[in-house]
Amino acid sequence: MTHPSTTGPAPVLALKDVSKSFGAVRALRDVSLELFPGEVHALAGENGAGKSTLIKALAGVHRPDAGQVLLDGAPVTFHGPGDARDAGIAVIYQEPTLFPDLSIAENIYMGRQPRRALGRIDHKATHNATAALMERLGVELDPDRPARGLSIADQQIVEIAKALSFDARVLIMDEPTAALTGSEVARLFGVVRTLREQGAAVLFISHRLEEIFEICRRVTTLRDGALVGSEPLEGMTEDDLVRRMVGRDLDELYPKQEVTPGEVALSVRRLTREGVFTDVSFDVRHGEIVGLAGLVGAGRTEVARAVFGIDRWDAGEVTVDGKALVNGAPSTAMSAGLALVPEDRRAQGLVMDMSIERNIGLTGLRTTVKAGLMDRGAERSRSLDWAVKLQVKYARIADTVNTLSGGNQQKVVLAKWLATGPRVLIVDEPTRGIDVGTKAEVHRLLSQLAADGVAVLMISSDLPEILGMADRVLVMHEGRLTAEIPRSDATEETVMAAATGRAAA
Amino acid sequence: MTVVTPQEAPVADVPKSSGTRLVDRVFKMRELAILVVFLVMIAVTQAGNSQFLSEQGIKDLLLNATILVLVATGQSLVVITRNVDLSVGSTLGISAFAAGTYLQGGGNPVVAIALAVLLGIGFGLLNGLLVSLGQVPALVVTLGTLYIIRGIDSIWVGSSQITAADLPGGFVDFGSGGISAVPYLALIALAVLIATAYYLKHFASGRELYALGSNPEAARLAGIPVRKRILAAYTFCGALAGLAGAMYLARFGNVDSGTGTGYELTVVSAVVVGGVVFTGGSGSVYGAALGALLLTSINSVLPALGVSSVWVLAINGILLILAIAVDRVVALRVASALKKRNARHG
Repeated sequence: MTHPSTTGPAPVLALKDVSKSFGAVRALRDVSLELFPGEVHALAGENGAGKSTLIKALAGVHRPDAGQVLLDGAPVTFHGPGDARDAGIAVIYQEPTLFPDLSIAENIYMGRQPRRALGRIDHKATHNATAALMERLGVELDPDRPARGLSIADQQIVEIAKALSFDARVLIMDEPTAALTGSEVARLFGVVRTLREQGAAVLFISHRLEEIFEICRRVTTLRDGALVGSEPLEGMTEDDLVRRMVGRDLDELYPKQEVTPGEVALSVRRLTREGVFTDVSFDVRHGEIVGLAGLVGAGRTEVARAVFGIDRWDAGEVTVDGKALVNGAPSTAMSAGLALVPEDRRAQGLVMDMSIERNIGLTGLRTTVKAGLMDRGAERSRSLDWAVKLQVKYARIADTVNTLSGGNQQKVVLAKWLATGPRVLIVDEPTRGIDVGTKAEVHRLLSQLAADGVAVLMISSDLPEILGMADRVLVMHEGRLTAEIPRSDATEETVMAAATGRAAA
Repeated sequence: MTVVTPQEAPVADVPKSSGTRLVDRVFKMRELAILVVFLVMIAVTQAGNSQFLSEQGIKDLLLNATILVLVATGQSLVVITRNVDLSVGSTLGISAFAAGTYLQGGGNPVVAIALAVLLGIGFGLLNGLLVSLGQVPALVVTLGTLYIIRGIDSIWVGSSQITAADLPGGFVDFGSGGISAVPYLALIALAVLIATAYYLKHFASGRELYALGSNPEAARLAGIPVRKRILAAYTFCGALAGLAGAMYLARFGNVDSGTGTGYELTVVSAVVVGGVVFTGGSGSVYGAALGALLLTSINSVLPALGVSSVWVLAINGILLILAIAVDRVVALRVASALKKRNARHG
């Protein structure tokens, strides 16, 4: 790989031909990357392209199976996150890891507090050092304030201050802007620019392409664990970048069948949950797949939870086939024909230690009961039926679901809910973290369901998925529905514009 | 795009700092609130029964609280790390009997106390190892050791018992003596309390106990030796339970196989009433000590007011639930106050 010699200095941190596998899944294949001081470098790629594995290799969380990590040109082996930190590498994850009960100053200096005589903590020095860091970052945060209650943006500032406090030379930011508002992003970028000028190497990951173009100089693109290229952003267009990231035939991955929508199945009117989402109204018709797009934290999942009755709503109305649902009652939602496949399948969708058969059977406990007792035979045949229909790959139906791959677990969650024969299906991030093959299968299944007359509401942060699968795209921004875009007008730009709160072009 | 930091800074500044003050005040208030409840209770009792705060009355009040304060101090450290030690009652019982058996044969009181503390350290280490290495919930592990230690105690003690007559006179005198109204035992407990509070505030390993109770995952990422700290907290808790055993012997002079049975629940109540949050990361040993003082005082207050002592347990329970309810309400209020502030300029 050749690099332009414009940057001058040698790379601070580099990966050379790094590979990493998890079981049969090859997460990274011969990937190389070079980070230069004073430069912001973008890492682009679709979900599951291997970005987070790459970060973890740099951060000392994963050790590469093959290839080298080079620090100042010399190979190093990180035995844990501590080693990477000592080498001056700081990682800021999307969800900051702070101690809510402790002050900002303590959060920054935990484990490394300035000491005075007899090993006692020098509280004053800690406070002053933190205040100095905050001043250097140009933010006004009281060092003695507990971290509890800080906004995500401020929490990230604390993480950055922590990185500064041990003179990090490399700052890795994993989707730092995903949950930030426009002005918070601007403040963060101000800080990143300052760090860049002070000579730090920054690796920046974002799904918002315009941010990559705004702040980064070069971009490394990954696709399915392999390196697509590492090149200057200058002269590149957003379309070029998307082509590098996606690089495959979209029609194949998104087998959308054309259908004529029928009657309104799910109708949501002026739904409000105070402080979470406001005045959300939309319809989903039978046979239709409606995409619900937006940034993380825009309130999409919360709307789905309220519609299904897990959380209560404060105002508004939800009807399924003309029948009003009861506020906060999932069982009535289920009997009205509503099914919700949640975002976090491990925590919410599945009982990980239970068998495939019993997991699928959970939604059928009412129907597979004989004289008040479980009819295990009926449960098994019902589960087998659905496992086969969805082509779940397993050894025995009695195996626990934690033995399955992510994609197959997702199929079990789908089977569990499809077994209820829903008329309205809400899927939240249906293909997050699953491989491309299974992803296409899930898409085919959703498409088939819609063709059979099921109304599908699909929440997804995967823009190509939304664009490829949805008949209509609803976009949420900070708790409000900001746009409704028909399939023909939906593009990356129109959706992102609405999702980031700018008026559609 | 121009950097917006300068123009945004003043907007963020004002509400943030008042948010800090609010949170600060609430947490400082937590200990203050118990102190106020305690003082009001004492004042009301004194008004109803002027004999209550005689020199002997104060002495009894302090003596009763001393042992609970000690054990609650140790328990606080464990609870701060998001764990619990249910075996303290059993440890107290067996340490008291060990010290008593040794003294029966005419031993040195100082050695007897050291023996009790060492025994406590041993059981603390056992608990700490099981919890930190076994990755088993502390509630279950220490419930197990509660029964194991009590079992050993029962086998060893059998139906025998130690009475004050078996002990050296000096030891028993020390247990009930003091400087005017302040018992020696209370002074020891106070010294331990102040030292522990100082340690928790001013030493890195003390702050790390709070850190790992507040967010265990973040603690690991920050390079805190999590297992070592948990082990240390349990060992300290065991040591204080052992010391409390020796003090129990000195104070009451009477130990049998049932000594300390059920004590762990009183200790946990005192800690929680004192504002040490059961989910870890927050609270102080001073709060726990005040909680202990409050709970034991009810034992003396009710008889002084002519109320039957059968009410004591019910009132302890009410205090416990009240304390948790107050914590919950305060937490919700603080959260919504902070949210509103964030929303106003967000």
